[in-house]
Amino acid sequence: MEVNYDNGLNLKATELRLGLPGSDEPERQTTPRSNKRTLSEISSSGVTDDGNDYQQDSAPPAKEQVVGWPPIRSYRKNCIHATGRYVKVSVDGAAYLRKIDLKVYRSYPDLLKALENMFKLTIGAYSEREGYNGSGYAPTYEDKDGDWMLVGDVPWEMFISSCKRLRIMKGSEARGLGCV
Amino acid sequence: MESFELKRSKDSVNSDQSAHWSSFPDEVLERVLSRLKSHRDRSSASLVCKDWYHAERWSRTNVFIGNCYSVSQEIVVRRFSRIRSVTLKGKPRFSDFNLVPENWGANIHAWLVVFAAKYPFLEELRLKRMAINDQSLEFLAVSFPNFKALSLLSCDGFSTNGLAAIATHCKNLTELDIQENDIDDIGGSWLSCFPESFTSLEVLNFANLTSDINFDALEKLVGRCKSMRVLKLNRSVSLEQLQRLLVNAPRLAELGTGSFSQELIVREYEELESALSNCKNMHTLSGLWDAKGIYLPALYPACTHLTFLNLSYAALQSLELAKLLPHRRRLKHLWVLDTVEDKGLEAVGLNCPLLEELRVFPADPFDDEIVHGVTDAGFVAVSFGCPRLHYVLYFCRQMTNAAVATIVQNCPDFTHFRLCIMNPGQPDHLTNEPMDEAFGAVVKTCTKLQRLSVSGRLTDRTFEYIGRYAKNLETLSVAFAGSSDWGMQCVLGGCPKLRKLEIRDCPFGNAALLSGLEKYESMRSLWMSACNVTMNGCRLLAREMPRLNIEVMKEDGSDDSQADKVYVYRSIAGPRRDAPRSVLTL
Repeated sequence: MEVNYDNGLNLKATELRLGLPGSDEPERQTTPRSNKRTLSEISSSGVTDDGNDYQQDSAPPAKEQVVGWPPIRSYRKNCIHATGRYVKVSVDGAAYLRKIDLKVYRSYPDLLKALENMFKLTIGAYSEREGYNGSGYAPTYEDKDGDWMLVGDVPWEMFISSCKRLRIMKGSEARGLGCV
Repeated sequence: MESFELKRSKDSVNSDQSAHWSSFPDEVLERVLSRLKSHRDRSSASLVCKDWYHAERWSRTNVFIGNCYSVSQEIVVRRFSRIRSVTLKGKPRFSDFNLVPENWGANIHAWLVVFAAKYPFLEELRLKRMAINDQSLEFLAVSFPNFKALSLLSCDGFSTNGLAAIATHCKNLTELDIQENDIDDIGGSWLSCFPESFTSLEVLNFANLTSDINFDALEKLVGRCKSMRVLKLNRSVSLEQLQRLLVNAPRLAELGTGSFSQELIVREYEELESALSNCKNMHTLSGLWDAKGIYLPALYPACTHLTFLNLSYAALQSLELAKLLPHRRRLKHLWVLDTVEDKGLEAVGLNCPLLEELRVFPADPFDDEIVHGVTDAGFVAVSFGCPRLHYVLYFCRQMTNAAVATIVQNCPDFTHFRLCIMNPGQPDHLTNEPMDEAFGAVVKTCTKLQRLSVSGRLTDRTFEYIGRYAKNLETLSVAFAGSSDWGMQCVLGGCPKLRKLEIRDCPFGNAALLSGLEKYESMRSLWMSACNVTMNGCRLLAREMPRLNIEVMKEDGSDDSQADKVYVYRSIAGPRRDAPRSVLTL
């Protein structure tokens, strides 16, 4: 780490950023961590501008991404995410979660219809401007970066490969997302 | 496999004693020795006496160099003058998991330049973990008119342009096997570089290329190479395209399909099934990306003679595997993803009595929240049904000492036992104890064990067992294990046949490192990273053992005195001169 003492100040040390000190080593993988972001955190802090992920304090060592572990060759890693994508689905107010295989669906309408059937609710149609306004529910998902997104914004293939879990939010909370 | 009864004369060779041997004409000796294929047998033969040494080196056509830095190009070409085939291995194995810095070395180019001068009739080049760029591939393609076989495994530094050069210039090519490399995949047009007159290809493997290939060119190529017996496609090839290829290549012995999930109408499905069942010689099947359960029955008629089935890219569920297996009673080698779960492995145990090798890969290795996958139960189920099992690679999230003890009791012939409990330092799932007794059972029962990878929570006890019982062990991999220097000392003090030792994230320090002084000269290499070894310890080792190369890789921002990554290997070429700045040679 460079230390710039030109004007007697160690500017790097006083640099403001999110993340644990020393957490910008080049060798740390940037694959998804298990940070769960609640919606209240999203609306208050927003996504950081410089792209640093918000890290939880004192992440237990077992959950920390260790370089080269488990020992899987990189060409296998590239295949893994695209083989059968089981993700958890939660619905606000429902007692327990379900799991679905994203690979089974071919498009957003396909997926949304299945969700409606599974949970006996109406999600309605997606519009780029207004999201799912007009129905009682909004489907959201957590992507690889740990951010919560509205289902339907990105192309289907991109969604399939980046979706980690789904959450169907109740209408009242969902309205806020349309403005983010 | 041939082996020689080697009788050393009791006294050292002198003209009186050697009369018995030197009456053997050189030509006869060379003829006899030329039938020796095994490298170890040849090595042994060359040590008998001077005559045998020379006869061996003149008759050798295939040289295997397990560590490219253990010997220099000059030494190789001086000793062997008639080489047709070279196998070279470069980087330490942990480079596969990103533990070795970029530009570490193992560049093939200097070797190619020397070979072009001394072995102009070179026919085969097989590289593993070497760095090779497009210019080198082009140089290779134009320098060796008889060149026949190129195999690149886990290499990096080249792009599909390099493959284009090979396709363009190698008129006698029979084998192009590009597996699991870090390739800059610019596009599939390299396939169209094979000239229209080119018909000799027998082996073509481009399974790990990611981009779309020029299917038209591929179809024509397969159509005119009538001797093709191995064809491994990449994911971009669809089911319909596969069917068209198979119609022209019914003699395939090994097939790697492309993506196995296209929407097919009935007629197309039947055509595919028919094309597959016409491949009467097929004994190896792989690929099967995105395989959908509904299309798997198309494989049933084709697979009755299969001995090797690689399903590690197909996320099959347990039922799908259970339906596929009853027709595969001849299976000897099976690779699967852990999506098949324990139930799928039960089906393996029930249907594959001849199974010798099982590899279970994790579908989601980096996600702790996934609770499925395979456990101790699946492995135990396989062991009951497959007594001939001798090679296993098993990724799981839980294991018990009792299960492993049962497994090795059922399958005492293990030669390769690689168990990866994915959470570092995880104890026995039921008793919460360390997994020491599990590996103790393995080394005590499996006397033929050559390769062992350990995992889970392990104390020095595990290494006491290994040092004491693993008499045939050649390769040992250790991660997040051990309690003190004593553990590593036990291994170095025992294990008479140890050749490769790779250790990461263990509490072994200088005392352990230095306890293996003489041992390292009988080993190919030692790797230690994220342990407690210091620069001073390494310097001491370097001073005591001048015939070893000691290389230290420092990480940015680490303590000056720590030796973050240490790579020790024997060499008759002296320290290498091509190390990058991040690698210190002591």
